[in-house]
Amino acid sequence: MFSYCTDPSALDGLAWLSCYLTTGNHMLFYASFGTVLLLLAITAPVALLFGFGGAMASRSRIAGVRWFGRIYTSMVRGVPDIIFFLFVPIALDQAFEWLRSRVYCDPSVPVRQGNEFIVCAAAKLPLSTSPEWVHQAYGIFLAVIAFAVVFGAFAANVLHGAMNAVPHAQLETAEAYGMSPRQVNRRILIPQMWTYALPGLANLWMILIKATPLLFVLGVEDIVYWARELGGAKTRAYAYPHPDWRLYYFLAILVFYLLMTWGSERFFDRIRARLSRGQATAAGEAMRKAAP
Amino acid sequence: MKKLMLAAAAFALTAGMGMAQTVRIATEGAYPPYNFINDQGQVAGFEVDLGNELCKRAELQCTWVKNDWDSIIPNLVSANYDAIMAAMSINEERKQVIAFTEDYLPPAPSSYVALEEGANLETGIVAVQTGTVQASHVADTQATMLEYPNIDQVFAAVRNGEADAAFGDHEVMRPFVEDSEDLIFVGEQVHLDEGIGIGVRQSDNELREKLNAAINAMKQDGSQNELIKKHFGEDAQTYE
Repeated sequence: MFSYCTDPSALDGLAWLSCYLTTGNHMLFYASFGTVLLLLAITAPVALLFGFGGAMASRSRIAGVRWFGRIYTSMVRGVPDIIFFLFVPIALDQAFEWLRSRVYCDPSVPVRQGNEFIVCAAAKLPLSTSPEWVHQAYGIFLAVIAFAVVFGAFAANVLHGAMNAVPHAQLETAEAYGMSPRQVNRRILIPQMWTYALPGLANLWMILIKATPLLFVLGVEDIVYWARELGGAKTRAYAYPHPDWRLYYFLAILVFYLLMTWGSERFFDRIRARLSRGQATAAGEAMRKAAP
Repeated sequence: MKKLMLAAAAFALTAGMGMAQTVRIATEGAYPPYNFINDQGQVAGFEVDLGNELCKRAELQCTWVKNDWDSIIPNLVSANYDAIMAAMSINEERKQVIAFTEDYLPPAPSSYVALEEGANLETGIVAVQTGTVQASHVADTQATMLEYPNIDQVFAAVRNGEADAAFGDHEVMRPFVEDSEDLIFVGEQVHLDEGIGIGVRQSDNELREKLNAAINAMKQDGSQNELIKKHFGEDAQTYE
């Protein structure tokens, strides 16, 4: 990075540290914070979408759809997260490769040969010729799906509860005005449920932030991976030898996560205030009285 | 949700057709001097130099993949990559699941490391890296075994007193011991394996043949021994 960094062994003190903290390795470490933020930014809306679908399904008038919604929310919530994170990406990956192998490969060759799962080169996902970033992106894509399935189930439960909390008299009034069930949903139910759903969703978001180290289980090089890798004792085989510094790296990550939760708290407080305006809830009532 | 699933399926099906084969080689990246992550964030070490040379001789296109040690064999078997070069000793247990090329390093000695000379190696607590030949060896002795996912944590266990001694590959432990002021080698060295080879899938005979030919050529013209000496020092064990 700096011109004086060519021979790290001759440096000491601040100069050494400034070179050490700007190695290619550390740049990747800093970039991995972006990976985590990106995952959060993509997963949260997708999980909300899954949750919304699940909640609508479990309220459906068609029995089959209702069962699907109920089974999805109760089953996924009952299985430990880590099992899901190990299962979903592997299952999805093999399912995609199997599908592709039916199209691009000779279908008479079985995919399972003894203990091996092999598809022909053309059906590999990503292709073995693809650059490394494609493999990384594919890993993140699978991680997003796994996160969305798990957190979608929790969100579905929260939203389902919130939908039930909307005063029933309002829905009946809407029907009495001649609105169709679809119109009732869109005009009365959905706009009103957010104020009831927000505490539960805020809670889920906090849990989602804390769950991102599970990325590491999925083989995505996130901040936990790099903290462990960079913090581990380095012998003279490396340009910057140092003893076990994992404590300091994990401390930095701790600060990052605390800042994230602190920021989220403030953000949700503002939304909560915005959504409570004019609502027939305790918070809305308090706002009405406080207004001059 | 339906649209999303369709989009995902479409993405999966259309993501390009295959061209020339690239051989993806997995390594752990946490086992210097065999393999490690250098300051540029890339894999480096003896095996990376050797692997690149072998690929050049066998006229293969190779890329490197980092993978944790404990899942390195399952991911080979499910074809996430095509070969393993991660200081993996050839032994019977592994041969049941994967195939090996000829050895590219002669059988390496394993050593005990402890904080003091009198450490109890026979019936005490010994720390090892999980899934290594050293772990199988300790499991067969009277000692209580503690397993850790990487070599760093093995040393940490000895330092903080969780374990009486650590047991591992001599060449990997040597720099740690020489750098430190507290750790020392204790007891006798043990010879465990049949050398270190490249792990490939059992069905992948073509790749194994190509790599074998390249390894044998390097052993014959002496370049293999040169590479070993470059990374492990002049006293390292070489081929005759």
